[in-house]
Amino acid sequence: MTLRQPSMLAVMRIPPTTNQVQGPAIHVQGLEKSYKELRVLRGVDLDVARGSIFALLGSNGAGKTTLVKILCTLLRADTGTARVNGFDVTTQAADVRESISLTGQFAAVDEILSGRENLVLVARLRHLKDPGAIADDLLRRFSLTEAGTRRVATYSGGMRRRLDIAMSLIGNPPVIFLDEPTAGLDPEARIEVWQAVKELAEGGTTVLLTTQYLEEAEQLADRIAILHQGRIIVNGTLTELKQLLPPAKVEYVEKQPSLEDVFFAVVGDAGKDDKHGDADEGSQDRKTWSNKK
Amino acid sequence: MATHFFGDTAVLTGRTVRHVTRSLDTIITTAIMPIAMMLMFVYVFGGAIDTGPIQYIDYMLPGILLITIASGISYTAFRLFTDMQGGIFERFQSMPIARSGVLWAHVLTSLVANVISLVVVVGVALLMGFRSGAGVLAWLAVAGILILFTLALTWIAVIPGLTAKSVDGASAFSYPLIFLPFISSAFVPTGTMPGPVRAFAEHQPVTSIVNTIRDLLTQQPVGTDIWTALAWCVGILIVAYIFATISYRRRIS
Repeated sequence: MTLRQPSMLAVMRIPPTTNQVQGPAIHVQGLEKSYKELRVLRGVDLDVARGSIFALLGSNGAGKTTLVKILCTLLRADTGTARVNGFDVTTQAADVRESISLTGQFAAVDEILSGRENLVLVARLRHLKDPGAIADDLLRRFSLTEAGTRRVATYSGGMRRRLDIAMSLIGNPPVIFLDEPTAGLDPEARIEVWQAVKELAEGGTTVLLTTQYLEEAEQLADRIAILHQGRIIVNGTLTELKQLLPPAKVEYVEKQPSLEDVFFAVVGDAGKDDKHGDADEGSQDRKTWSNKK
Repeated sequence: MATHFFGDTAVLTGRTVRHVTRSLDTIITTAIMPIAMMLMFVYVFGGAIDTGPIQYIDYMLPGILLITIASGISYTAFRLFTDMQGGIFERFQSMPIARSGVLWAHVLTSLVANVISLVVVVGVALLMGFRSGAGVLAWLAVAGILILFTLALTWIAVIPGLTAKSVDGASAFSYPLIFLPFISSAFVPTGTMPGPVRAFAEHQPVTSIVNTIRDLLTQQPVGTDIWTALAWCVGILIVAYIFATISYRRRIS
């Protein structure tokens, strides 16, 4: 069906390297965090099952990033417990760091290095053998081989994000945090990122992602939680969340194409040549995928 | 974790050193101001300054070298600040690596960048007529003092690098440091300065460091200045290191 999927699945079958611990991949209970007077988290409880995609929805300032930072051992909570892959984030921080990787809000890539050098850097820091081969493999999987030797400063937003996510996969951590992975991306790049996230979860990785885009949660997540004013106010599957609303009414409305439909209809063929001139196979998947939708 | 400290620091230092070698303009900007000052002082003001038997360029080169370091470390703060702003600092902190290696990589890179700038400035000074009959040991002592001074100022630079809110804030701290050699024995003998200025000039760190380097290069006995100079460098290094570590802990907790 697509050009890059077969190789990707082959690699994905390698089980995560870190010792698996029983229980949920992420377990959070009564988590609170304040910055001086401002109470950002006011008692957060949530569990994320292994191998699932969990979306944390919330508006700006709801505390999503704070929660992710605590789970990644970048911040300390005031009270409450948080366990990732079975390890406590405060007392077993080193084990947590072995089990996770973080793709933050800003693409965490080194602009001055090339894409390949970025990947080699992370592979070295994870003390893996043969960093060069790992880098080349990931460049291929994320359709960045052609751009691999170029400085990241010359990459488009979508390419940076792909590189960023590729860097997070090195060492096959069992839990991946994606903090607003598609913020600031154009619709094409957003679908590319979605595709990458789906493939991750198919390989058994647990993904916790935060987003402000409701559609993103709808597309990707097995479970969705809404974080509002420092608390989880809703947590369930998409179907469960939909049942919270009054039952659907039947109305007859003329179906207008959405702007996204128009965008892909117009850009579809023409866009491939001029925007992704450097043999970017990714655009072909994208078309297949969006047409099916 | 400790077992990986040196390996991780080496890998991370490799990364930041590449930042320096791939933007050589930062080395040139670092070196250009001290070189311009050297030209001004030697060819414009120098003739009117009485430095006794010592050639003026030989007299003022130590001060120029300290200015080179002071302007060089503002890039250390800038590089650290850029890492903090982008996500890469958080990426490193969330990885299973020796966390302090991230800071040490910046410190070692600062050392490399400043040594390159110093070599460039000394090269230009040689073209302008700087000469020294100092032996290997004296040169090693000069290099040691300059490295110690670079380390001390680098740890000062780490503090704004970690805590600044804007790029300007991250590099502005270096201006007073660049200015300090002017109120010292670096360019003119302190004897002609009015009382309070002279008192300040003779008791601030730059004077003892400049005097020591000058004595070493002109083959004069260094006297007690070297101990004052070393005490200043080590003292600044320790205090700056403590404050930098505190700001770092705050950033990561």
